[in-house]
Amino acid sequence: MSTASQTGAATPQRRLRQNRSKRVLPGFGLSLGISLLFISLILLLPLTGLVMEVSAMSFNEFWFVVTDPRVVASYKVTVLAALAASAFNGAFGLLLAWVLVRYEFPGKRLIDAMVDLPFALPTAVAGITLATLFAANGWYGQWLSKVGIEIAFTPVGIVVAMAFTSLPFVVRTVQPVLEELAPEDEEAAVSLGASDGHVFRRVIFPALWPALLTGVALSFTRSLGEFGAVIFIAGNMPYVSEVTSLMIFIRLQEFDYAAASAIASVVLLVSLVMLFAITLWQARHLKRIEGR
Amino acid sequence: MTITVNGINKRFGKYQALNNVSLDIPEGKLTALLGPSGSGKTTLLRIIAGLESADSGRINFAGQDVTGLHVRDRNIGFVFQHYALFRHMSVAQNIAFGLESLPRKQRPSRAEIHKRVTELLEMIQLPHLAKRYPAQLSGGQKQRVALARAIATRPQILLLDEPFGALDAKVRKDLRRWLRNLHDEFHFTSIFVTHDQEEALELSDQVVVMSQGNVEQVNEPTELYARPDSRFVFDFLGQVNVLPGEVQRGRLSQGKAWVTVPGSRHQGSAQLYLRPHEVRLANEPGQYAHLPLRIESVSLIGSEVRIELSPVGWQSNSPDNIWEVGISHAEFNQQRPARGDLRYAVPEVGHLFNDNDSQPTTINWAEAASAPLVRLIN
Amino acid sequence: MHSNPSPQHRRVGDSPVIKWLLIGIAIAITVGLLIIPLLVIFLEALGAGWGTLADNLLDQYTLHAIGLTLFVAALTVPLNLAFGTALAWLVTRFRFPGRKLLITLIDIPFAVSPVVAGLLYLLLYGRNGWVGSWLADQDMQLMFSWPGIVMVTVFVTCPFVARELIPLMQQQGSEEEEAGVVLGASGLRVFRTITLPNIKWALVYGVVLTNARAVGEFGAVSVVSGNIRGQTNTLPLHVELLYQDYNIVGAFASASLLAGIAVLTLVAKGLVEWRQARALNRLQTEETA
Repeated sequence: MSTASQTGAATPQRRLRQNRSKRVLPGFGLSLGISLLFISLILLLPLTGLVMEVSAMSFNEFWFVVTDPRVVASYKVTVLAALAASAFNGAFGLLLAWVLVRYEFPGKRLIDAMVDLPFALPTAVAGITLATLFAANGWYGQWLSKVGIEIAFTPVGIVVAMAFTSLPFVVRTVQPVLEELAPEDEEAAVSLGASDGHVFRRVIFPALWPALLTGVALSFTRSLGEFGAVIFIAGNMPYVSEVTSLMIFIRLQEFDYAAASAIASVVLLVSLVMLFAITLWQARHLKRIEGR
Repeated sequence: MTITVNGINKRFGKYQALNNVSLDIPEGKLTALLGPSGSGKTTLLRIIAGLESADSGRINFAGQDVTGLHVRDRNIGFVFQHYALFRHMSVAQNIAFGLESLPRKQRPSRAEIHKRVTELLEMIQLPHLAKRYPAQLSGGQKQRVALARAIATRPQILLLDEPFGALDAKVRKDLRRWLRNLHDEFHFTSIFVTHDQEEALELSDQVVVMSQGNVEQVNEPTELYARPDSRFVFDFLGQVNVLPGEVQRGRLSQGKAWVTVPGSRHQGSAQLYLRPHEVRLANEPGQYAHLPLRIESVSLIGSEVRIELSPVGWQSNSPDNIWEVGISHAEFNQQRPARGDLRYAVPEVGHLFNDNDSQPTTINWAEAASAPLVRLIN
Repeated sequence: MHSNPSPQHRRVGDSPVIKWLLIGIAIAITVGLLIIPLLVIFLEALGAGWGTLADNLLDQYTLHAIGLTLFVAALTVPLNLAFGTALAWLVTRFRFPGRKLLITLIDIPFAVSPVVAGLLYLLLYGRNGWVGSWLADQDMQLMFSWPGIVMVTVFVTCPFVARELIPLMQQQGSEEEEAGVVLGASGLRVFRTITLPNIKWALVYGVVLTNARAVGEFGAVSVVSGNIRGQTNTLPLHVELLYQDYNIVGAFASASLLAGIAVLTLVAKGLVEWRQARALNRLQTEETA
């Protein structure tokens, strides 16, 4: 806007200020400054270190490191375990959300509160606790070993740890959508004589699945990067139960920064792609709960 | 304080919200910005307030350019559509907010603020609710608190965005009357935005009709209703009956319907616009018109009997192909029109839009009655 | 849910068999996967009695780890509080190009593995990094000492406050603030008297979450800390050290402190939600009255 030079004595009793910024509400410059400074320093600047480290490698070196058989085995373990954990959470997270929204029963509030425990509990604490519970002499382990199931120090332990730490995602994305579901649609379908299973498949599930998929994707992304909870229960046997995060950590302890960076760049790329995919997906299907 | 709007343009992305709008708002008058949603009326109001800035153009208050002045310094009262009351402050705190925000030198003492708030609470007839919170008030009460808050600092300009939009019909009527009295007492220069033609015509001294970012017409309510400048204003202000057709040798016809159009030299397509009260119903076709219609429904509620009719042997392009005619209860009792009856519409005054003209020519058959007689003899 | 008081079953899954079957499974999952593990932490910590627990907690290295952890949280929380509030204000009160991108960028720490986060900082500020080598010339070392721990903790926890505020502030809209400005209030006054009271509970919860994560961060911190006992060992790292030393009871003693903070976090969340629900309830009952 071209600012007026002759605003002069419009209201002399009031302080006159040119409307320099066009903005009605205050603090645009200040909040933009703080946000950009913070995002550049904390989020973006550190990425440059990784880029420089990786770009110093030749493609062959890079390829050699990221396709090392032990590393490839860790990709497989991580992705399969994360898939299993998010599938578990997709099913049981949906069930928990359903129970919490639809039914009244004693202890409901406690369950609702406990669902957030995995977000509040430090991952290392979760890790040693699960390892202790599922160890051969632990509360769960001693019963499971009697029927020949071993969980601690096997890939299944990784699934348990991942499922634990990402349990809240599905519940907390599905819950609000389930709450907003209009009872009329269901009532109409039921009054037309449809069975419960039929109504669930035809009326309820179509409304839920975008949220469910978002929750599962968030759970999967979190599981891919999980470290603290996993390493205590995994047993960390090369080629069998090593996750990719641990591979990066091991390379770091060997002071092989280049190799650690190369593997990390693969992991980072996958997480960023997942993040942007989820964001786009949410923008398309979950306009109402933007920001979640 | 007069307000002058000069050549205002505003775009939101690709959408032209205001298109070179110029306007004079007279001092001490209540002006309505009337238009359908998307016409730019709220944007214009927010630009006058300073809540939005125009891409180009200027705003003057009492001859002083305030275009570059921040909303905080324009000293206006603004009533938001959804009131925007501060939800965590009591009614009294809400009303006091503007006074407490004054620069220290002009700020009244605590006791004075208290006194002023009490006065305002009495004025809006809610002194007993001073300690309530906005969530505990009804819609009409919230509206009055919002008004009191807006005028607490005695601004000379009062701007209201859809002030009665969210209220039910009865409360609306009371508040309208109350706002009119308030305005007459304090003589602000007021502008309010509305999409309700009845509200605009009843409440304001001057109506600005807007459509698609343009000002269509500015006039006093009575003039505006009697002499609309364009098809848009005609359509937008109340019910209208339309006869589209071809004009040939002084007669507009379509199918079985025809009307003489004295004084028109136009040949070709045209539309005749008629208000419900500009048409009479007769059992026989009139001398100047042949408009057969069948009665579809009769509504007795209200001060007038409203009759809906459908054309017989011709088409109207008004919604649902329906004409509407109002007759008095006395006439109704005489004629006893019933569903299914055939009647003939006899126009008294009408407005003819030729082909591409945006402005109509008004035809008064009653006045023209003597002239065509002469022509018929010829 | 409330609209239909009829006792017949109308909605899907309301038949008693299905209902109690599902509730049973939900209780089983919650008890088995969440409640028992939480109890086990405290039981293991008390495995050798209250005296041992006290001894374990008063151990010199444990005390130091507690102190360092609290110190890191005390630096992290205010920084992220300021940043989160500024970002939420920016993206909910103004329209500008790049706004959506900012909202996405802020989620990066949630998506990135903590080990990768730690590595990013190590590469940049470590001796070989371009910032780190310059700092080393100035005789400053950030990695393997407390500044590095603070930095990665800020990274890992920076989305929490903004994530709590953005949906709430978006939903509340900016009309109240606009009304304040029209009435002549200064920017600071608008924020202090209008915005802050409306967002205070979300702000409290954002701080509680930031604190919980700052206190408990393990992966990123273990990369940059160097795990020097009595120097750069935070409480979660201390838990790991004790556990690797087969001092299980000692590990769980420290873990029980962290679990206690987690429980307090859940309680705080419950309180905040209860207050918000109460405010909403009051609003609804009085509107219908």
